[in-house]
Amino acid sequence: MTPAVIDDTTLYAVLAPFAAAVVAPILTRWFKHNAAWPLALVPALIFLHFAGFIAPVSEGQSFVAAKAWAPSYGINFSVYVDGLSTLFALLISGIGTFIILYAGGYLKGHPQQGRFFSFLFMFMGAMLGLVLGNNLISLFIFWELTSITSFLLIGFDHLRAASRRAAIQALVVTGGGGLALLAGFILIIAATGEIEMSTLLGSPDIIKDSGLYLPIFILVLGGAFTKSAQFPFHFWLPNAMEAPTPVSAYLHSATMVKAGVYMLMRMHPLLGDTVLWTTVLPLFGGVTLIVGTLLAVRQTDLKLMLAYTTVASLGLLVMLTGTSHEKALEGAVLYLLAHSLFKGALFMVAGTIDHEAGTRDITKLGGLRSAMPVTFVAACLAALSMAGLPPFIGFIAKEVLYYGTWGWLELGLPITIVAVIGNSLMLVIAAAVAIKPFFGPKVETPKHAHEGPVLLFAGPVVLSVLGLVLALTAHTTGVLFVGPTLASLTGVFAELDLHLLPTKINAPLILSLITIGLGITLFTQIDKLRALIASVLMAIGWGPDKGFDQFVSGVVSISSLFTRFVQTGKMQTYMLLTFGFTAIAVLVPAYLVDSFPAMPRMPDYRFYEWGILLIAVLGLIAVLVAKTRLTAIVSLGIQGFAVALIFMMFGAPDLSFTQFMVETLSVVILALVMTRLNLSPRDHRSVPQAVLTGVVAVAVGLGLTLTLLAITQQPFDSRLSDFFTEFSRSIAHGRNIVNVILVDFRGFDTLGEIAVVVLAGLCVLALIRVRTKPDEEELAAPSEISKSKPAEVR
Amino acid sequence: MRTVIFRTFAPYLSALMVLFSIFVLLRGHNEPGGGFIGGLIAASALAIFGIACGVASVRRAIVFHPMSISGFGLFIGALAGTLSFFKDQPFMTSQWLIFEMFGVEIALSTPLIFDIGVYLVVVGAIGSIALSLEERETD
Repeated sequence: MTPAVIDDTTLYAVLAPFAAAVVAPILTRWFKHNAAWPLALVPALIFLHFAGFIAPVSEGQSFVAAKAWAPSYGINFSVYVDGLSTLFALLISGIGTFIILYAGGYLKGHPQQGRFFSFLFMFMGAMLGLVLGNNLISLFIFWELTSITSFLLIGFDHLRAASRRAAIQALVVTGGGGLALLAGFILIIAATGEIEMSTLLGSPDIIKDSGLYLPIFILVLGGAFTKSAQFPFHFWLPNAMEAPTPVSAYLHSATMVKAGVYMLMRMHPLLGDTVLWTTVLPLFGGVTLIVGTLLAVRQTDLKLMLAYTTVASLGLLVMLTGTSHEKALEGAVLYLLAHSLFKGALFMVAGTIDHEAGTRDITKLGGLRSAMPVTFVAACLAALSMAGLPPFIGFIAKEVLYYGTWGWLELGLPITIVAVIGNSLMLVIAAAVAIKPFFGPKVETPKHAHEGPVLLFAGPVVLSVLGLVLALTAHTTGVLFVGPTLASLTGVFAELDLHLLPTKINAPLILSLITIGLGITLFTQIDKLRALIASVLMAIGWGPDKGFDQFVSGVVSISSLFTRFVQTGKMQTYMLLTFGFTAIAVLVPAYLVDSFPAMPRMPDYRFYEWGILLIAVLGLIAVLVAKTRLTAIVSLGIQGFAVALIFMMFGAPDLSFTQFMVETLSVVILALVMTRLNLSPRDHRSVPQAVLTGVVAVAVGLGLTLTLLAITQQPFDSRLSDFFTEFSRSIAHGRNIVNVILVDFRGFDTLGEIAVVVLAGLCVLALIRVRTKPDEEELAAPSEISKSKPAEVR
Repeated sequence: MRTVIFRTFAPYLSALMVLFSIFVLLRGHNEPGGGFIGGLIAASALAIFGIACGVASVRRAIVFHPMSISGFGLFIGALAGTLSFFKDQPFMTSQWLIFEMFGVEIALSTPLIFDIGVYLVVVGAIGSIALSLEERETD
């Protein structure tokens, strides 16, 4: 069915968080942490807007809206609303509402809380733009924006080195993957001629038939795997836990890391169901699932345990998407929904515990259930869903995905075994997260633990209860959310019938029982398991996290070697090379194609014109015979003024005027530089050096003169000057053609040039400052120098 | 450099030069001149004033840091180009407002604002370079 065109409200819904990002710091200044309440209205309204799409989308409709952005390149800001994007948009805005509230409580009293809200909103807008993106290029821009906002949020606590490292690591990995994705998109556009996702999805075989399938497949996977932290790119995600907990709950479990899974699901009709797809994805996904869960068991930090299970869950989702089996895909969609709810809730619980008890190391926590009853209930509900126990959405997801993997003919058995092991380890973590901090004897914690404020527990409670409600109304969930999303993946719209409890005893039920049994057995042995994994990791001794550091230091040392080779630091060498190559560039091609100009006839100058030429030549001779450098600089100015006079006489007053000023200022500035650099007043070059520079100077001068002569001997094409002469007065209301060209006809060039002038000014200023006073005070507060300087001098 | 004659004379000279630079800037659209050349003249005025009376007095006289002036120039230059968006025309399409005041035709336009931007960029950047180079002499 072709998508229907809707009005621009949805476009504004995507942009609304960016507006909120501007307002947030102001509101935070006024209302302190209570600004979270009005701010949370923004995602709540966006949620309501997208909730309006649930009914039509569940009937199989889809929608597009677009605004032209750079139409000459086919780039539009356009959205595509179907089952998959509606589900994601609802998750982003719905969970986002509670994250904003949670951030209000979590960072209460933090001096940078306004900035934090701002970053969160920017991320929210970027993520909405990503999942709704229809135009591939604007989709890519939002994709990279999520990486950049994630960088800002991970590095929020930028005074700590660990935060900065984690932020840079996440940016390098996900940003690098983003570039691969861009290359993939460009190949898609080149291969198909289509730039809108909705038209691409209209003819699903277009890429598979194009002959560029393999490179597109690899590049898109490069983007998706780095973003969704698939092994061996998984290392950045646990490190990203350096971010404040609202960020971990929102970006690094519920939404952003799912962008890669989203991309795979979105691309499934176009790239999926090939041998390559059903081999590579299950392989990487399966390895990620097992590695992620094993690494999670080893941790004792609540957030890190959850982070590694997120890696594992993403692996599970990729593995299921990789099967291209309808039932397994259904399991993937259900698990995606379940995971966002329980993981978001559990992260917020971990943050609350950290906030109220002062630690999140499970070996130092215990007996908190009476002190934090509400958080405790939320944690239990979410953990039961994560463990895959009835009557929670996690259970239904697990049943369906087992049904899918068991029924998948190609590689069903190994995939099922991987899924069972992964899920039982997931149960172990869920039990550890929910049981360890809350049950048992009360342990003395760094802070006196008590229940957090409503801002802190609203999110976990609502999300974990939703995990129960969606399961109890399983049929409606299936019809409204899972069915339409599945239709986006398979391209076929089918009615879906979900049940809370299995109707008969079948393979999935037995697999579930095995999972639960295995999980409980492993949980009782968790300490042994942890020690075992730790010793194995010790034996390996190297991981991609360490590899990242080696990669970075390798890049730094190679580039410093290269820089030292290219940048000798000697001005003379730079100048000699620059002018030497200029001479070669003008003389050699002219010699090769024999385009030297004919000897011009002697012009018929008047006596005063000869006089000015003589002054110029005298100035040059003075430069050559000058005893001191300062004299040479001033003498060079004589030649410059003579040239300015020549411009004046031949009818170019503007040029001449400018030449006068430039000459004056360059002599003044050069003289000032001379005094600053403490150069010896005389030139100390040896004779061979002087000869070499002399030869280069003459060669450049000769080359440029010959080029100019050759150009003037060409027939003159006057179309441009005719145009400017004709229209300067009538269109641009100006009689000075030079100025009209500068500020009107070619104003855009001038804009670029003045930007260069500003930058050059800044650079020169920085260079001079470096040499003035390298004491620590100035280095610490560079912005203060300019203010303090005049007073000092006075 | 700092003779009494030069020190007495320089402020007046600089003031005249700045005045002249503004004149050159404003006549630029019809007669030789314009923002770039005007900016260069004003920058030399600042340089002369600095050599004669010390950089501190120049900095006091222009109030803002020269690079801020430069940055502001770039800002209004770019902003002038966006005014055409209100008429749904492409970036930097010139807009004109021509009216008569006291019997004289006055033409206000976005290229004029842009040219003022160019002027400020050049004054700021070149002035900043010259002033910071002069600063050492007074230390």
